[in-house]
Amino acid sequence: MVSILFIEHDGSKHPVAVDTGGSVMQAAVSNGVPGIDADCGGSCSCATCHVYVNAQWLHKLEAINPTEEAMLSLSTDRQENSRLSCQIPVTEALDGLVVTTPKFQF
Amino acid sequence: MTEVVAEQEFKQSKWSMVGKDPYSMPIEEIDLSHPGIWQANEYLPFLQRLREEDPVHYCKTSAVGPYWSIMKFKDIMAVDASPQLFSSEPTVGIVDTFEEFTLPSFISMDPPKHDDQRKVVQGVAAPANLKHLEGLIRQRVCTILDSLPVAEEFDWVRQVSIELTTQMLATLFDFPFADRHLLTHWSDAATAIPGRGSVIQNMQEKGEAIQECLAYFTRLWNQRVNRDGGNDLVSMLAHDEATKNMPPTEYLGNIILLIVGGNDTTRNSISGGVVALNENPGEYDKLRADHSLIPNMVSEIIRWQTPLAYMRRTATVDTVLRDKQIKAGDKVVMWYASGNRDEEVIERANDFWIDRPNARQHLSFGFGVHRCMGNRLAEMQLRILWEEILQRFHKVEVVGKPERIYSSFVKGYSKLPVVLRPL
Repeated sequence: MVSILFIEHDGSKHPVAVDTGGSVMQAAVSNGVPGIDADCGGSCSCATCHVYVNAQWLHKLEAINPTEEAMLSLSTDRQENSRLSCQIPVTEALDGLVVTTPKFQF
Repeated sequence: MTEVVAEQEFKQSKWSMVGKDPYSMPIEEIDLSHPGIWQANEYLPFLQRLREEDPVHYCKTSAVGPYWSIMKFKDIMAVDASPQLFSSEPTVGIVDTFEEFTLPSFISMDPPKHDDQRKVVQGVAAPANLKHLEGLIRQRVCTILDSLPVAEEFDWVRQVSIELTTQMLATLFDFPFADRHLLTHWSDAATAIPGRGSVIQNMQEKGEAIQECLAYFTRLWNQRVNRDGGNDLVSMLAHDEATKNMPPTEYLGNIILLIVGGNDTTRNSISGGVVALNENPGEYDKLRADHSLIPNMVSEIIRWQTPLAYMRRTATVDTVLRDKQIKAGDKVVMWYASGNRDEEVIERANDFWIDRPNARQHLSFGFGVHRCMGNRLAEMQLRILWEEILQRFHKVEVVGKPERIYSSFVKGYSKLPVVLRPL
């Protein structure tokens, strides 16, 4: 099992433990973590699973592909550590991952 | 007069499928582009047959030329998410020469120009900005609802759906409030097919409406271009590097895009929700018993109504979809109205089900870089409206046949007779 900590914009913490294979978005949705809408169901087509990745974990993620870049670039709340959580596969290497959900998904 | 006659002939033209049996006609003759079945509310079985038997369907001859129809939810998502294969240029309308879409606007541009122009204006409908607008929207909703006659028939489309969306639009443009009905007129004129029962009688009237719109918005631009600040859409376009030097046709194109985008769509979801709840009294009971279902119901209304039936793309290269050979230059129409009824993805897809699981996963806003930028604003308007309706009325009762719009693109209502039943 891989542990992931979701922190809401107001500081509320939601630790979850999931198997590898799915995405960080699915880890949130299947555990009822608020703040992730995932309207497109994980197709990198809506940007409503936007998260801010804790700095120490950023370098462990795969690079942003052009499709994710296109969707992220249209987010009004993008920061340097913004990612779409449907594009982050859950792997053993991410055990302990910490991400913050934005105040709004758009 | 000649225009009226021409319109009648068009409605009874050989292209109309009204009254035909969708399952007995040759499948290649099915033509979803003709407005007849949409206005007559007969379109659903045609969509279903194509989904089941020919989900990537080629219509060889139609009044708008040959085109592909994409019917399944997942195929639509794939096309919408591939702007490099399926371009939004030169137009997203099914008719190549459709007046409003020949004007350049970012809905009919590909990245990167699309992205540059969209970024200028999308902040106005972003959730952070909407928080500031919530109180104002609620106040306006309350004023509208409190002014309605009780236990007496009136037209919900005119007195609520149009009034509320037009007021909202006037706010976003900082448009002179007393003239706000002009926004409705320009929006309707831009998408209307001229003729009997339409807001415009002929193409000349349509052109005049669009010119009037340009002249008015040019005045607003000139007033605001040298004035600092301004959080309205006109000031944003006039001040931003990406848009401040755009030619007048592009300014007009983007203005009309924003007017139509913010007007027709939410208007028809406001009307559609009333229709859906009246057709499904059990769901109305559920709603009365539990107001916390409103946000989920709002997504379900937007799916069920699907206020824009399709978006069109143009293939940039030869490509294969479900073994069908799509050629570069072919018209490809993503029928959101069909994908939203696809049982393979959406459980009990033809049911209006206000506590549906995963209600947000519908196609009405599109997906990919062209995804509706007003989606959160639309949801907020509908949510507030239903919160306030439930505070006041036992039922918004439909008491006559809804009249639907003559269009295969704008899927909505021109008239909805209702009576309010008090709590």
